[in-house]
Amino acid sequence: MRGSIRASVIRNEPAVFIDRRPNAFVSFVQRARRSPPMVIGFILFTGVLLMAALAPLIASHDPIAISVGERLQPPSSTHLFGTDDFGRDLFSRVVWGSQLAVRLGTLSVLVSVSGGIVLGLMAGYYGGWVDQLISRAFDLIFAFPALLFAIAIVAILGPSLDNLIVAFGLFGWAGYGRLIRGSVLSARQREYVEAARAIGARASRVMARHILPNVIAPVIILSATRFGAALLAGSGLSFIGLGVPIPQPEWGAIIATGRDYIGTAWWITAFPGVLIAIAVLGVNLLGDGLRDVLDPRMRD
Amino acid sequence: MIRYVLRRLLLAVPVLLGVSLGVFLMASAIPGDPATVLAGDTASAEQVEAIRHELGLDQPLPIQYLRFLERLAHGSLGESTRTHREVLLEIADRFPYTLALALGAVVLSTVVGISLGVFAAVKRGGAGDYLTMGIAILGLSVPGFLIALFGIIIFSLNLHWLPVSGARSPASYVLPIVALSLHSAAVKARITRSSMLEVFGQDYLRTARAKGLRERLVILRHALKNALIPISTIIGLQFGALLGGAFIIENIFGWPGIGRLAVQAIFNRDFPVVQGTVLVAAVTYALVNLAVDVFYAWLDPRIRYS
Repeated sequence: MRGSIRASVIRNEPAVFIDRRPNAFVSFVQRARRSPPMVIGFILFTGVLLMAALAPLIASHDPIAISVGERLQPPSSTHLFGTDDFGRDLFSRVVWGSQLAVRLGTLSVLVSVSGGIVLGLMAGYYGGWVDQLISRAFDLIFAFPALLFAIAIVAILGPSLDNLIVAFGLFGWAGYGRLIRGSVLSARQREYVEAARAIGARASRVMARHILPNVIAPVIILSATRFGAALLAGSGLSFIGLGVPIPQPEWGAIIATGRDYIGTAWWITAFPGVLIAIAVLGVNLLGDGLRDVLDPRMRD
Repeated sequence: MIRYVLRRLLLAVPVLLGVSLGVFLMASAIPGDPATVLAGDTASAEQVEAIRHELGLDQPLPIQYLRFLERLAHGSLGESTRTHREVLLEIADRFPYTLALALGAVVLSTVVGISLGVFAAVKRGGAGDYLTMGIAILGLSVPGFLIALFGIIIFSLNLHWLPVSGARSPASYVLPIVALSLHSAAVKARITRSSMLEVFGQDYLRTARAKGLRERLVILRHALKNALIPISTIIGLQFGALLGGAFIIENIFGWPGIGRLAVQAIFNRDFPVVQGTVLVAAVTYALVNLAVDVFYAWLDPRIRYS
């Protein structure tokens, strides 16, 4: 860049600034490819996303169709993962279950992120009583352990996928909110924000254009962690009957039905169990990889 | 130090009030009118109104909250709509079991987590590091209830070493504590590794080595002691995760703790018991974090004076 300016000065031409740095996305991909956790995590997570998207094509049977004559059959060519105590095809249930998992993870993170961004920006930018009010609300949420908070919400609203999303999403407000509030407080001191305000930019514009882009990386990293946590907590709650109700093919709920047969029909617990572990492992590795790639300061 | 402890105690008051407010709001958020439910289907409108008045439900919310606090100060959380026993007594019977489970898991996960983390940090970049951190991320990804189930299959149903459920003998503590600890041990191993690596870069560590201390002492006395500061915070926060996790694990092992009590109460729509268990668990969480903060200040005198 400096070379081209100097050349243009010598030739007495107007200086043209050409940004020759590779664009942000290309350099991100280049660094990501060198991070083993990122690559493995990406493959596993994409696999789960594809399974969810293509569930109607992959599944061989109706996931909730009962066939009493075929109950508790071991894995075979017609029933790849065997059948459960109602003769339902386990492979199809596990495949469709990925859709519930992806929906739970994605929507609870979206609810958390959107609420956390709005509240965190307001608290950090306006300060004063607004900050006090919002920060105390975050303290209130954090006074409860995450799973206990979710159980309390489910106790009020009843067990369902939507209510799990509400419970995890609401709890996430505090996590994202504090993260963003902290970033805003430090960004507010920077010259570029002061400059933007000095030329009369509205508060909403300053926040959206000048503050938000700086907090994107930690938000993305946190989202990977929260996605995995939502899957674990969601399957755990479904397992004890406080999550997605039977007969929906939620992985934790399927494992719960297999519990009475763990001595005889291992496949009912084993296959959905492996799928939960793969999905969560994928998103955790992705999170670790993103941390390495996006935020070099957090690197070990 | 005493001044710090007093100040920290004072800071815990709003948190505890917040917890009580949250639990109170929980009750008022429940759809449906508790008075109608209590009165039953055959009750007349006057009877429902009488119950409503008796419960103080005809008062505005802030007044109801003050009354809730007043009852709480007298040690009353109402009575179970199912057994008609005082909720606090129901909880008192079971709480020691949950506490034993959670504390056992705190000890196990901390010992295992810190040992693995120190090992990985010392072997940084080597096969031992990759192996340990690989195990740790697997531990973060496999749900505890699945470990519990496989533990039951292997150690209870096949080997007959450990009981399937209940809390009758010391052996029955093994599987629940292990299943509960797994996730937390993985978190602690990762935190220990990264805070050890951070300490490794410090000057005082080079000094310790330069004056000829044996490597073992350098790592245990100089590095680990300083790395313990961030680790102790995590131990406090993880206690919350363990308490919450106990609500799931207890239900697998038929454990007579408050987690199982709470889940059964949710199914029975016995809200005073649900409220009570949530309150007790959250207060325990707040008190443990208070204790961790005090420990933290003892560990790092800089905190007391800032």
